[in-house]
Amino acid sequence: MPDQLIFATEVFLNGLMAGVLYALVALGFVLIYKASGIFNYAQGVMALFAALTLVGIMKGQVPFAHLINAVFGTHVHYFGWNVPALVAIVLTMLVMVGLAWAVNEIVFKHLVNQEPILLFMATIGIAYFLEGIGDMMWGSEIKKLDVGLPQGINLWIDNVTYNAFGYGFFIDNLDIVATVVAAVLVFTLIVFAQYTKQGRAMRAVADDHQAALSVGISLNFIWVMVWSLAGFVALVAGIMWGTKSGVQFSLSLIALKALPVLMLGGFTSIPGAIVGGLIIGVGEKLFEFAIGPMVGGATENWFAYVLALVFLVFRPQGLFGEKIIERV
Amino acid sequence: MFYREAGDFKTSYMDDSETFPIRFDRYRYYFVLFAAFAVVPFLLNDYWVNAVLLPFLIYSIAAIGLNILVGYCGQVSLGTGGFMAVGAYACYKLMTGFPDVNIFFHIILAGAVTAGVCVIFGLPSLRIKGFYLAVATLAAQFFLVWLFNRVPWFYNYSASGQISSPERTIFGFPVTGAETAPWTAYLFCLVFTVASAIIARNLTRGMAGRKWMAIRDMDIAAEIIGVNPLRAKLSAFAISGFFVGIAGALFFSVYLGAVEVGEVFGINKSFLVLFMVIIGGLGSIFGSFAGAAFLVLLPVFLKNLLVGIMGWPTDLAAHLEFIIVGGLIVLFLIVEPHGLAQLWRLAKEKLRLWPFPH
Repeated sequence: MPDQLIFATEVFLNGLMAGVLYALVALGFVLIYKASGIFNYAQGVMALFAALTLVGIMKGQVPFAHLINAVFGTHVHYFGWNVPALVAIVLTMLVMVGLAWAVNEIVFKHLVNQEPILLFMATIGIAYFLEGIGDMMWGSEIKKLDVGLPQGINLWIDNVTYNAFGYGFFIDNLDIVATVVAAVLVFTLIVFAQYTKQGRAMRAVADDHQAALSVGISLNFIWVMVWSLAGFVALVAGIMWGTKSGVQFSLSLIALKALPVLMLGGFTSIPGAIVGGLIIGVGEKLFEFAIGPMVGGATENWFAYVLALVFLVFRPQGLFGEKIIERV
Repeated sequence: MFYREAGDFKTSYMDDSETFPIRFDRYRYYFVLFAAFAVVPFLLNDYWVNAVLLPFLIYSIAAIGLNILVGYCGQVSLGTGGFMAVGAYACYKLMTGFPDVNIFFHIILAGAVTAGVCVIFGLPSLRIKGFYLAVATLAAQFFLVWLFNRVPWFYNYSASGQISSPERTIFGFPVTGAETAPWTAYLFCLVFTVASAIIARNLTRGMAGRKWMAIRDMDIAAEIIGVNPLRAKLSAFAISGFFVGIAGALFFSVYLGAVEVGEVFGINKSFLVLFMVIIGGLGSIFGSFAGAAFLVLLPVFLKNLLVGIMGWPTDLAAHLEFIIVGGLIVLFLIVEPHGLAQLWRLAKEKLRLWPFPH
């Protein structure tokens, strides 16, 4: 194979891996949107918040240490213990469930039957709120997250490709783990939605709130459950991204990257989120590889959005979205 | 008692279509204008102008622009930061390209350029709606910021990649650059703010505004009764872009003086202006002012309170600001989705009946 093609293949594979991570965030959006019609801008911040909480619990940080120190003049920072990763993940999940309950109870209960755009803006408010709370609880410096996932170049792929093409591909172990985790997650979610009682109830609510209500499904419970699920997906995404590039504010911007993924795949489709994520991941990496050097680089910042924009002009409901029917 | 239409007889159509039909309102309006133009310039100092008045005036223009698009025409835009950047860079290129022309015209032209760019990014709004459009405008935000960062022509190949405004004068008084006196900068921005508000108010009362509102309330029904969605939506994008561009140009040339695009006109600016519009009140010119005032004063107030009086570290105050702003947005949406403007309206209704309860 010619060199360019080999490089392009490597870029393609890395793009696929990056796409999986986008898809992970996008999945959280789809879950909430399907069940409650809320377009949850806060999903990315939820991932950040989950990752921050996870690191904080693992390291035994005192929540709101900064605030307590400033108000009372004390110097507390750490409890002085380390929590094993698995326990910390469970505890973080409990926090996310609590958050889901609080969000539903405090905010969305009062906004039932409002216009979707108002709900969207409310989630932007929640995003700001969470961002502030997260920073205040755990501090805003960049943190390392290590829950024991393998990291670094995968030597086996490096060797195999070196023997085959005379050039070793660089593929991060973490990306492979992320792909596997994402696949398992999607599979579990689909099984959950199709074959369990609660999953069916969730789909019923997504289909028609009132009809679901009339057959005795508790909307409140389903909404809390869906937000908890989204919190769980956010936690997984937070772990992956946090391990990859450290837990920091830019994590929440990944949520923005998930938006074009959603537009491409359609807001209501779980497979759409996956396929959209892969297309965006591969597209932006290949574009940066092929065109980037000509126009000054860093095209990854906007390529996804412009791709989605152009795409939407031709197919407004996305790849797998339900057809938009409008009535007067 | 004094706040009602009764007894205020109109004898011509001109009088009948006044902006402020109630006499008290009219005098209040004249009084505010008089105070803003003739009293405040003598009282202000450097701190007040730079921390409060200039940001308030400039954000008001941006909020009016965004309010036309979001509040009146119902097209949610998250690209305000990018469009402000267009205004700033257009103004910079004009200022350095045609140094002999008065800066007043540069700023107007910068608005016009932004209007053009805004229309281009508004074109997809004919096909896509709601969230999809909101996300599509993010494309404008990221693409424009990237463009101004990466194409050296826009910043005249300067080594730092920044743009900084050269000194320009109006009637011999410098309004940009280091020599600017606080009162000239203030008056210069005030002129633009007042003119924008008057133009926007009259546009939204007239045929254009009614078309926008029809599109906002139900676009298909509007189309059936004969509103051309293409022209209505794109005109809203153009006018909104014009005001936002002027705000961006003033923000760069008069307020900051030097700008690094990613920092100043990033996605956070888009959200800030959107929050102003929401908190102030969607579909209200007064609301744009109220929202801008609120979100400009809140950080200043919190900073003075927490850092100045209670002695907290600045980063903690910044986090608390995030929490409070986020909380307020949610609170406003729950309690009063129509924002501060609605509270104002309610107060006026009460005043109209006062001192009787019904």
